[in-house]
Amino acid sequence: MSTETTPAERYLAVQRSDEFAGLRKMLRGFVFPMTVAFFLWYLLYVLLSAYARGFMSAKLVGNINVALLFGLLQFVSTFLIAWYYARFAARRFDPAAERIYDDLMTDEVK
Amino acid sequence: MEPHTVLAAEASTSTSRTLTIVLFLVFVAITLAITVWASRQTRTATDFYAGGRTFSGFQNGMAIGGDYMSAASFLGIAGLIALYGYDGFLYSIGFLVAWLVALLLVAEFLRNSGRFTMADVLAFRMRQRPVRTAASVSTIVVSVFYLIAQMVGAGALVSLLLGINADTTFLGMNADTAKVVTIIMVGALMIIYVTVGGMKGTTYVQITKAFLLMTGALLMTILVLAHYKFNLSSLLGDAAQQSGKGDAFLQPGLRYGKETADAAETFYSKMDLLSLGIALVLGTAGLPHILTRFYTVPTARIARKSVLWAIGIIGTFYLFTLALGFGAAALVGGDEITAQDKAGNTAAPQLAQALGIDYLGGDTGGAVLLAVIAAVAFATILAVVAGLTLASSSSVAHDFYANVVRRGAAPERDEVRVARIAALIIGAIAIALSIFAQSLNVAFLVALAFAVAASANLPAILYSLFWRRFNTSGALWAIYGGLFAAVFLVFFSPVVSGSATAMFPDHDWHWFPLSNPGIISIPVGFLCGWIGTVISKESDADKYAELEVRALTGHGAH
Repeated sequence: MSTETTPAERYLAVQRSDEFAGLRKMLRGFVFPMTVAFFLWYLLYVLLSAYARGFMSAKLVGNINVALLFGLLQFVSTFLIAWYYARFAARRFDPAAERIYDDLMTDEVK
Repeated sequence: MEPHTVLAAEASTSTSRTLTIVLFLVFVAITLAITVWASRQTRTATDFYAGGRTFSGFQNGMAIGGDYMSAASFLGIAGLIALYGYDGFLYSIGFLVAWLVALLLVAEFLRNSGRFTMADVLAFRMRQRPVRTAASVSTIVVSVFYLIAQMVGAGALVSLLLGINADTTFLGMNADTAKVVTIIMVGALMIIYVTVGGMKGTTYVQITKAFLLMTGALLMTILVLAHYKFNLSSLLGDAAQQSGKGDAFLQPGLRYGKETADAAETFYSKMDLLSLGIALVLGTAGLPHILTRFYTVPTARIARKSVLWAIGIIGTFYLFTLALGFGAAALVGGDEITAQDKAGNTAAPQLAQALGIDYLGGDTGGAVLLAVIAAVAFATILAVVAGLTLASSSSVAHDFYANVVRRGAAPERDEVRVARIAALIIGAIAIALSIFAQSLNVAFLVALAFAVAASANLPAILYSLFWRRFNTSGALWAIYGGLFAAVFLVFFSPVVSGSATAMFPDHDWHWFPLSNPGIISIPVGFLCGWIGTVISKESDADKYAELEVRALTGHGAH
């Protein structure tokens, strides 16, 4: 990109670049399916609480029943997804985003 | 259990009442000192709105927790679990899972592309004046609903926590006067925090509160678990037995999705549960006072870290409330809790008293722990209302005054002055509305705030960030459509009229069967956003390129 381009042209050029398309695809490929997954998983939990009371009331160990385990699993899954996203972001997303950011900054300095 | 655990027991009440007030005054003194200190550090608009963007991930994570874990969370969820067992726990889970929406879809991109308010992102590639007006309206509606619920709750709590009954007086005030005085005092303090300390002061108040709340809840959790020798099963068994409800206490269905002989009633009750769950999960990432917290850190990566901290802190806190709720059911008992407050809001303080008596040296220990937890509850309310007032006054000043009235030509100093005046006015209005509403049942306003956030704000935010075609018309349709649908349905729902627990129990104009509008209003909000977009030809490819590149890479971030 030349120094004569306006900021708007520069953003458009970046947005149309293969590198940015790859970054967008990488991000959406992670966050969209993951959002659908945890939302359905939560919905399943609420639906079971509403409609599968017999199943949820089954005792597992002592007074601990399926409902309590299911609820605690929602905590576990939330923590795990958060951790997994942080790992994805640090290992894959941040380096790719940084490369594009650096290119934009270098263009400005020129 | 033993009669000495009754909260109103004369001797310990006067001790802990004095101690509660002393501890609370200490908290107020410390936070006011912080506020004055913060005001000296507050010079620019960035300082006032975003605390100078210098907070660390951990600090902001704590502040998010402080903003989010309201008295409704602490006392409300513990009380729900104590009275309804499992369903209280079920309720808390939606509040936690919701943070994944904020983490995956909102926090970092908002931080990268906005400056001070939610509208910065919504109006980025749109016509400024209409979109900022709409965003400002929904910000104020959500925040004021939430604010009134918190302040009315504060008024009711003070008489419970200080043990002022209908037939007793305190400093010459009866229970009703004490409520009004509390609402005015809470309102005055939140106005001071916001106008004097800005975001920096408010953030430190929230961090302090989060620390106190987590410490208090941890201490009580350890005492409860130690009582049962860290055997969760025996705690649950005892709770079920003492609750008088047996195994049903450990199963879903006592509060939400109730099964009755009437098939339609059962169906609606289960739909209501689903509707509530969806609104909780999708609402959090649309709450303006939560969104503005992401601007207080230097970069999107630190915004991400702060959400990770928040998830850890909030998740741990709800696990504590699980122990506190079942602990209260087991060690205090359902009858004694409902004798104190039918909604169970005093379960946690009552548990504190019982634990103090058993483990911290008898009646004095009980009075001390009760006082500590009651003071923490007051601190909790103050931190939340301050965050709400700040978010709505920021929107009035930055969105409405600076960008709609002055069309972006207002000097920063004017903008911040307007923000301070707005905080004063919004605070005064909230005080007036809360005093008016104090005899009404307005607990539903919290759920309504989440429903509006999920129906109006979230569709607009997600479309803005991820949909190239989205435009001014779409943003207006999404915000006004979602807002109107949620408020309209609730107005005709059983929480406003036509039921014993309604806001107006003596009237009946309800026809909408659910208490929670989310299951209808959230799809309506998304659908309106889509319709509004496709019926308009407007599209700004250049600005979307700028928004998308900035959101994903952090280029040009403030």
